[in-house]
Amino acid sequence: MAPPTTAPLSATTLPDALGRFGPFGGRFVPETLMDALAQIAEAYAAAQADPAFQAEMNEYYRHYVGRPSPLYYARRLTESVGGAAIYLKREDLNHTGAHKINNAIGQVLLAQRMGRTRVIAETGAGQHGVATATACALTGLECTVYMGEEDIRRQKLNVFNMRTMGAQVVPVTTGSRTLRDATNEAMRDWMATSKWTHYTIGSVVGPHPFPMIVRDFQSVIGREARAQCLDQIGRLPDAVVACVGGGSNAAGMFFPFLDDEAVELIGAEAGGRGLSRGDHAASLTLGRPGILHGSFSYVLQDDDGQTDDVHSISAGLDYPGVGPEHAYWKQTGRVRYEAIRDDEALEAYYRLARKEGILPALESSHAVAQALKEAARLGPGKTIVVCLSGRGDKDAYEIARLRGEPLV
Amino acid sequence: MGQPAKIAVMNRIDALFARLRREDRRALMPFLTAGDPDLETTAALLDELLGRRGLADLAELGIPYSDPIADGPVIAASYTRALGRGVRLAAIFQMLADWRRRHPDPPIVTMVSYAIVHRHGVDRYLAEARAAGVDGLIVPDLPVEEAEGPEGFQTRCAAAELKLIQLVTPTTPRDRAVRIARSSSGFLYYVSVAGITGERQHLPPELAENVAWLRTQTELPICIGFGISRPEHVRQLAPVADGLIVGSAIVRRIQELAASGLNREALVAEIGQYVEALGQARAVSPTASA
Repeated sequence: MAPPTTAPLSATTLPDALGRFGPFGGRFVPETLMDALAQIAEAYAAAQADPAFQAEMNEYYRHYVGRPSPLYYARRLTESVGGAAIYLKREDLNHTGAHKINNAIGQVLLAQRMGRTRVIAETGAGQHGVATATACALTGLECTVYMGEEDIRRQKLNVFNMRTMGAQVVPVTTGSRTLRDATNEAMRDWMATSKWTHYTIGSVVGPHPFPMIVRDFQSVIGREARAQCLDQIGRLPDAVVACVGGGSNAAGMFFPFLDDEAVELIGAEAGGRGLSRGDHAASLTLGRPGILHGSFSYVLQDDDGQTDDVHSISAGLDYPGVGPEHAYWKQTGRVRYEAIRDDEALEAYYRLARKEGILPALESSHAVAQALKEAARLGPGKTIVVCLSGRGDKDAYEIARLRGEPLV
Repeated sequence: MGQPAKIAVMNRIDALFARLRREDRRALMPFLTAGDPDLETTAALLDELLGRRGLADLAELGIPYSDPIADGPVIAASYTRALGRGVRLAAIFQMLADWRRRHPDPPIVTMVSYAIVHRHGVDRYLAEARAAGVDGLIVPDLPVEEAEGPEGFQTRCAAAELKLIQLVTPTTPRDRAVRIARSSSGFLYYVSVAGITGERQHLPPELAENVAWLRTQTELPICIGFGISRPEHVRQLAPVADGLIVGSAIVRRIQELAASGLNREALVAEIGQYVEALGQARAVSPTASA
C-alpha cells in the first residue's frame, strides 16, 4: 500500500496566488516580512513536488508520530445519547498528545530544507509549543517558544516539557498575556531574524502561505479518517465535527471531505461563559470580517478595530481570530459553526472520561460536546466522526483548580 | 452649470519637501503616540515641536492599536497605555482638527493599522482623517499588493487628497522597492534595519548605500526611520536622506517623564530640548551632500 501523501486530495484550488480564499486571507504584514513569506511559499511548493520530502514526512508520521491514528467507535458514549453512532479520530494518541505534531514536523523539515538554523513558535495551550520543541529536538534546530504569562500559569506541565527538550520558553507579559500576544511577540522576533529563522505558526492563521501550509500538513487527519470510514463503516459519515480556535485540526479534518457534499461539516467554537463581549472566543459565530495577525478573516474586535479580549476555559481556543479558510467556508455555507460554552465542554470532558476512559483536551471537549448535540439531532442509523484533537493530561491542573481540589 | 473653480492647493507634504530641497535641508519627523500620556499632552507636544519654534518639520502620529506587530516594546506599550485610558479614534481626530486650526502649515502623517482603517470603513476613515487636517497615511501592515492598481488603496487615498507613504526595508528586493515607490506618494519611508521599531546603538553600514540606490529609482523624498535616537545617527544619515524619523526614543522619554510625575509644561519642554538637539545634528555641509 502506498503511504499517504501530504498533497491535498480535494479538488479545491484555493488559496489563489495572493493567498485569498474568496475575499479572505492575504498578507497584511509589515513589508519587512513580505520577502520571507515569498521565500516560504516558494520553498513549500518545491517541497510539495519533491517525493523525497514527502517520503521523509511520511516516515516520521508513521514511525515517530504513530500514524495513522485510530478511528474508534465510542459505543458507550453513543449509547449515552441514543442517537447517531459517534466515532473518534484519535489524534490524542499521536506522539506529544495532539494533532499539532503533524504540522510542527512538516514545518521544521521545511525550515531545515530552507537552510534555517532556528525555529520560533507561539503557543497557547502549549501543545504547539511542545510539538515544535519536539520537532526541533528531533532535527537539532534551535527553538524559541513565545507563550503568554497567563497560559504559562495554566499549562505548567507543557512549559516544563518544552524546556526539558531544550527549547527556550519566553514569557509574554504584554496585553492579555495569552495566545494573541504570544503571536505578536513571535512575529516581532521574526521581523528581525527571518534570514536564519523560520516561524512555525501553529494554526491555519497568519499571512499567506501559512494558512495553506498548516492546512495541508494537517489534512492527513481528514484523509485518514475518510479512508478509515470507508474501510470500517463501509461509507462516508453523515457529519464530521471538530473544534475551532485558530482552526488547524478542523481545517485538516474538513479539507478532504469538502467535495463530499452529503457530509455535514460542523465546527465548535469557544462559547466561554456566554455570548457577551469578552466572555467567549467565538470569532466566526459572533465576530466580523477584519484584520488580525496578517490575515483578513473573522475577528472579535470593537467598532474602532481594536481586538477584543476573549475568554475560553481552554487556552488553545482562547484566540480572537480564526483561519481565513474557515471564514470562507462560513461564507459559502460549506461548514456550520456553533459555539460551545465552558460548562458544556467540561460536561463532555467528564462524560468521555467516564463512558470511554478517554480524557480529552478541553479544546477537543468542545468538539465532543457539539457531537453529542448532533448525535441526538441526527438520530440512530447515522454516523458522526469527531476529531479528538488532543489528550487532556495538560488540563488536569486547571480542571482540578476549577473543582477546588488543586493538585499542587 | 460648470464645476466650481477648484483652487489648486499643494499638499502640505509636497510643499514642505519642495521647500526643504530648495534650501538643502533635511526634515526632522518626530513620532508621537496619540494619547500617550493623554491627548492634551499630544497636542501640546505638537505645538512645541511643529509650532512657533519649528524644532521639527512634520510629525508622525501613531494611532494606538491593540496588536501592532511591527512595533517594538516601547511603542507597543504606549499604545496599550493610550487604549487603557480610553483614547478613541474620534477623540484623536477631534484633537487634530483643533490643532490644525491653530497650525495651518506643518504636515501631519498618521501611522495606522489597516485593521483600524478597514473596521472604520476605508473611505470613511480617509474622509475623517482629511477633515481633521491629516496629510498622509502610513499603513504598516498594508502591502504594496493591496495599495497598487486602479482599485487599490493608493487610488482611494489620492481621491481623498491624502498621501500614501509606504515602507521599503532592507529585506525588500530591488524590483519590489521600485514597485513600492511607484505606488507611493508624499515620501518613501526607508526602514533602516530588518526588525521592529526601537532604539539601536548602531545603524547598519550598508544603509547609506541602499538609500542612495533607491534615490536613483524615484523622485520621491526618502525619509529614514527605525532605530534613530542619537545626534550621531542623524549626522550619519543626513547626507543621504530627505528626512529622519525618530520614534521610540521620544516615546520612551515621554513615558519616563510622565511616570516621574513631571507636569505637562515641563515634559513638553524636555522633549523639545531633545528634539532640538537631534535637529541641530542634521545640518549638512555642502560637500557632504549627495
